[in-house]
Amino acid sequence: MAIIADVVSGFLLAAGAFLALVGAVGIIRLPDVFARMHGAGMIDTLGAGSILAGLMVQAGFTMTTVKLILIAIFLLFTTPTTTHALATAALKSGLKPIEIPPSDQEPVQSKT
Amino acid sequence: MFGAVAIAVLLTMALTLVRAILGPTVFDRILSVNTFGTLTVVLIAVYGFLTGRPDFLDIALVYALITFIGTVAVTKFAAFRYLGHPDERVDSGEL
Repeated sequence: MAIIADVVSGFLLAAGAFLALVGAVGIIRLPDVFARMHGAGMIDTLGAGSILAGLMVQAGFTMTTVKLILIAIFLLFTTPTTTHALATAALKSGLKPIEIPPSDQEPVQSKT
Repeated sequence: MFGAVAIAVLLTMALTLVRAILGPTVFDRILSVNTFGTLTVVLIAVYGFLTGRPDFLDIALVYALITFIGTVAVTKFAAFRYLGHPDERVDSGEL
């Protein structure tokens, strides 16, 4: 039984770490604030979520798992809220997302 | 196993810090600092498991609460230069 728990939690932890890294690369490489929010969203929900899920599997049915579930649920609710507030604030302050050009035009650079 | 995850999370934090330094607009910086805070929550949880002390999770939970409030406050201030209740001034604080 312990072997299965180790394998499953190992896989979840590896997946979470990989997703966090991919999200971080997304945050660095994407051209615009609004595009970078995809990377940040990936880190907050999938990356942190699967790492915490891996810890839950490792902890089994104890009080620790309840705390981990609380943290995961809280993160799942708050990070989209903050990203939404950030997007609203960025739009209000005049930032425009990069328009997707029709095939013949150059991409229109936003004022970032 | 937990050590490898902790190192991966630290690397992710370093990458987000790069965006925090490079970020042209203030919203890039808020975004990367918000992600940095969430990653700190994960790091505290993983470190708690690494050293076999499950009571670290309470710290991680409190940290998640604080990061959320802090980020929304900074976002509101960055957009409106005003943290009070939205009053008669033009859109002074409606996020």
